[in-house]
Amino acid sequence: MWRVALSELRKLRRPTLFLGTMGAVIFFSALFSSLLFLLIDSPDGNSDRGRTVGREVLGLATGVVQGFSNVGGFLGIIALCVFAAQTAQEYTYGTLRNILVRQPGRMRVLVGKFIAMNLFALIMITLSGLISVSASILLAPRAKVSTELWFTGDGRQALITTFINITVSVIGFGTIGMVLGLLLRSPISAISFGVLWLLIVENLLIAVKNSLQDWLPGAQLTAIASGGAQRGFSDGIEYSHALLVGGIYVAVGALVASLLFVRRDVSN
Amino acid sequence: MSNTAISVSDLSKKYGERMAVSHASFEVPLGTICGFVGPNGSGKTTTMRMLLGLITPTGGTGEILGESIEHPEKYLPRVGAMIEGPAFYPAMSGSENLKYLAELGGFPTNRVQHLLDQVGLGDRSKSKYKTYSLGMKQRLGIAAALLPDPKLLMLDEPTNGLDPEGIQEVRALLRQLANDGTSVFVSSHLLSELELISDYLVMLRKGEVVFTGKMMELMVNAQPVIIAKAAHDGDLVVLLEIAQKAGHHAVIRDGALHVEGPAQWAVEFNRAAFDAGITLSQLTPQLPNLEETFFEMTGEK
Repeated sequence: MWRVALSELRKLRRPTLFLGTMGAVIFFSALFSSLLFLLIDSPDGNSDRGRTVGREVLGLATGVVQGFSNVGGFLGIIALCVFAAQTAQEYTYGTLRNILVRQPGRMRVLVGKFIAMNLFALIMITLSGLISVSASILLAPRAKVSTELWFTGDGRQALITTFINITVSVIGFGTIGMVLGLLLRSPISAISFGVLWLLIVENLLIAVKNSLQDWLPGAQLTAIASGGAQRGFSDGIEYSHALLVGGIYVAVGALVASLLFVRRDVSN
Repeated sequence: MSNTAISVSDLSKKYGERMAVSHASFEVPLGTICGFVGPNGSGKTTTMRMLLGLITPTGGTGEILGESIEHPEKYLPRVGAMIEGPAFYPAMSGSENLKYLAELGGFPTNRVQHLLDQVGLGDRSKSKYKTYSLGMKQRLGIAAALLPDPKLLMLDEPTNGLDPEGIQEVRALLRQLANDGTSVFVSSHLLSELELISDYLVMLRKGEVVFTGKMMELMVNAQPVIIAKAAHDGDLVVLLEIAQKAGHHAVIRDGALHVEGPAQWAVEFNRAAFDAGITLSQLTPQLPNLEETFFEMTGEK
């Protein structure tokens, strides 16, 4: 299993993939966090879907991670694409047969790959956190946002909690990507299906019937990344609900895909 | 310890209603080069995939290096394989691709450069796989198969895409490996290719084993052929009648008469042709090659 993970890291650290992905993470993390402060007085809002996050909210202890939290869902989409591509390409390149000849334990292959891709995701999240928080600290004075509470124990707690939430969410998105890669066996199909579903289909379904947001996988994972809505709030998904429903989606998907991977003939 | 590298009994694989491999039974002795022969679609690759644990047989049993094929993890660390052509990551170099597989299998990565040199890719080891020619990709596939320093090497069509020089090098490499004690199981639809290197043969046709044994046994039992050409092409029909009257099976093919019969009968045939006023421009007794023997055995062509 560790041998699989180590060899997979060799693949993941190649410059085009690693630097390309990290470059996108840096760019979007800086962008999401900057817009939060640069557009603070904009009538069109400064957060996702035209919402406005005001100075009083940004001045709270959780304000330091507001940008990081906003970029969480986007990191999930990146993870979904990377996990799906890295899994499905073994079928399209025909390299799966090489892998299974050298490591016939199929569950080991799957778990090893999963570990390596999660390490990749962890680097991605850490980098995003550093960029987002740095951008927030740099831009807060200019936007006249108080940073006093950011450097307290509560601020540090918010940072840790957000980091954990985003990590859980990104791993969930990544697992869905891996499941799609195993089921569809084509990077293009897996990524297209995943991204279309999460960015378009789910949003359309929620627009038609708002209560569906409590049951759709992407909505749950995004809610986990943002820490969920507080209990009793009518708009937004409660964190515990998102964790439970999202967890069920991920677990069932992973179980089905693992069983298929272990039992399916490698005949391409 | 078993003295067979591969032993299968009643091995079958069925896809829907189609029998890809049907009750195949054969053994490959240790330390030999065994040619796995059959036309495209005869079930060679499917059989190899079953032996490597990539697909599950519908029926039958098998052993590789004394271990059941139900537990590939017990023998695969000692087996090198290239199935259905080379397959690597295009954006990684030849060297990186081999290091990836070495790490995966727990083999020392310092063997990689030596293997690349061995297959003639030493100076292109840093080039990306996608820039390789078909022959270079094939060589990289062979290098990958040699990573575990295998006791058994299974190669599926290893000379595809190689130039004549490359084919000769692969032939020499396989012979050298066999001399060093490695058992080699090599498939090809090019029978002439395997005839030159194989000690042992397994012949497959439409998923069924039609011959298994030593190459010599097959060729010794093969019907010798006398090839005759007349000075005038029109005389071939007369020669055909002479051969048939003498009780020999004969056909006219490629401007020559092919008569099944012992080499000694060539003298009698020459005399009969002379008596009929025919001048022969060629009279060659020869053993049929592997390809002709295969077609004779399977009734094809």
